[in-house]
Amino acid sequence: MSTTRAAPEPATRRPRPASGRSLTWRDRLHRFDARYMPYLMIAPFFLLFFVFGLFPMIFNGVVALRHWRLDEPDLTGWAGFENFSRLFTDSDFGNALYNTFGIFLLSTVPQLLLALIIASMLNRRLRAQTWWRVSALLPYITPITASTLVFNVFFSRDFGMANWGLGLFGIGTENPIDWRADKLHSWIAIATMVNWKWIGYNALLYLAAMQSIPRDVYEASALDGAGPWRQLWRITVPMIRPVVIFTVVLSTIGGLQLFTEPMLFDLNAQTARGGAGGEWQTVAQLIYKVGWKDLNLGYAAAMSWALFLIILVVAALNTLLTNRISGGRK
Amino acid sequence: MSLLERPRESTPAPRGGRKRAVLLGRAPQDTPAGFWTYLFLAVSALFAAFPLYWMFVISTSTDEATSQLPPVVLPGDQFLVNLDEVFSLQDVYFAASLVNSVIVSGVVTASVLFFCSLAGFAFAKLRFRGSKPLMLFVILTLTVPNQLGVVALYIVMGKLGWNGTLLAVIVPGLVTAFGVFYMRQFIVNTVPDELVESARVDGATTMRIYWNIVLPAVRPALAVLGLLTFVATWNDFQWPLITLNGTDYPTSMVAISDLASGNYVIYRRVLAGAFVATLPLLVVLIIGGRRIVRGIMEGAVKS
Repeated sequence: MSTTRAAPEPATRRPRPASGRSLTWRDRLHRFDARYMPYLMIAPFFLLFFVFGLFPMIFNGVVALRHWRLDEPDLTGWAGFENFSRLFTDSDFGNALYNTFGIFLLSTVPQLLLALIIASMLNRRLRAQTWWRVSALLPYITPITASTLVFNVFFSRDFGMANWGLGLFGIGTENPIDWRADKLHSWIAIATMVNWKWIGYNALLYLAAMQSIPRDVYEASALDGAGPWRQLWRITVPMIRPVVIFTVVLSTIGGLQLFTEPMLFDLNAQTARGGAGGEWQTVAQLIYKVGWKDLNLGYAAAMSWALFLIILVVAALNTLLTNRISGGRK
Repeated sequence: MSLLERPRESTPAPRGGRKRAVLLGRAPQDTPAGFWTYLFLAVSALFAAFPLYWMFVISTSTDEATSQLPPVVLPGDQFLVNLDEVFSLQDVYFAASLVNSVIVSGVVTASVLFFCSLAGFAFAKLRFRGSKPLMLFVILTLTVPNQLGVVALYIVMGKLGWNGTLLAVIVPGLVTAFGVFYMRQFIVNTVPDELVESARVDGATTMRIYWNIVLPAVRPALAVLGLLTFVATWNDFQWPLITLNGTDYPTSMVAISDLASGNYVIYRRVLAGAFVATLPLLVVLIIGGRRIVRGIMEGAVKS
């Protein structure tokens, strides 16, 4: 697209007044317009980003190095790396990290695989094509707060639909599963909510990429005897690799910051405990608890930095891993 | 992505018993979907719609709906009763929270549309020193996880005296990197340079060109960006919870979480509130579903 940009004359070449004469009001306006207007037009973004994006991020580093409590405004001063070193011995942080990764694995892998399968089905010639696509977005527009509360009823121990459904298959009829009692079950419940929310959205991303694959690639492979399933893994997935990597990065960033689902899965939502024993407390939830329930902003800031670094590393690792799995050997 | 990148392994030796492969010589998008595809998609669609439907069922029922098996499947007639309870709860400010959500989402959406299309136009069609590196900078900011700065943002808002007010949730969202990027992409492709240039020759100012030429041309993109922004702002939970919780100005998401807190949660009431707070988004999906689908899919190919 940049080639078409060569066509117009630079905006600065406005008709200029003959030298020596004073500029008219109109000339000044046009000169100002050409020179400074573009900067004015992009200024709001940069202004807001610096004040509410970049500055808080840097300032967060400062807060992490200081004593900063909401309940003791007088307690100030540098804490050095105290807040950071505390992370290594804090069992709550370790537990939250463990939960976050557990839920992340249970949600990301099935989510992207199912999205891939649904996308490959949406990629067929379908009746009411638009209708199917729009219905895939239903979870995407639903507030997570609202859907999580429905899932709470779904996963309730005594009268929940999940246990009732499992009971039909003879599972847990004697002792119904208490979805909030242990790590594995609470992780599964929360991962189900995350999957429900994002499968359709990811499927649409995959579908878009699938439709840009040239048709003749399939023709050639079918002659070689590849069935639909084989085609999906051998042709489609490698050819949409950039989008697959994009979704992996997106769900890594989103998944490791999981907040709303674990918050509201708690029957007493605003305690931010993530279960009586922190069974499903995630890091983002712990940051909220440390910062606004325990009122220790300095420590919460250090935790945010740690989470940020973890996200960076995991996103990079996942990118490499996905690249491998989806067929990029080099 | 190009044809050349196609993996070498895609040519396995033909196996016996694969005669139907010849029939599959069509690309998937030319293959009519069969029974199993429709069945699978129908099950998926039901799975997608089920929580919403069930939210409605429980919000129209009595307490028994959440304490009986097999579960109820049809809506009851208690919706107005439950709704009345939600709206009359003292400390939740549910009615006010809906108004707040409308204000926040409305202002943010309008502002995002204006400022992002303005900046997008500048980056797409105007020449100025530093435009390329500045655009790169915008794209880079897209990748920063926003939660990182939440603690410091709270402190900044505290200094400004905005915590607990709607300003705290409105102002940071007034213009987004995604919006600028999205509008730029669209304007580069749809607004002809000649049109901009001829307007200039006629003496039009940049703002006039923006208003008379660019805005009418980018209406479809504005619709998509507007819908996406509205949905995202309406559903935002973490930051509104941090800054607005416990005040008299919650957004509807914060109010719902408030309904769901406490030692005994009444789900028909909670879900009646949740359903009301979801309704505007259902309307958005019904009005703009096709556009949102197209917008998300276009974005995917470009990224």
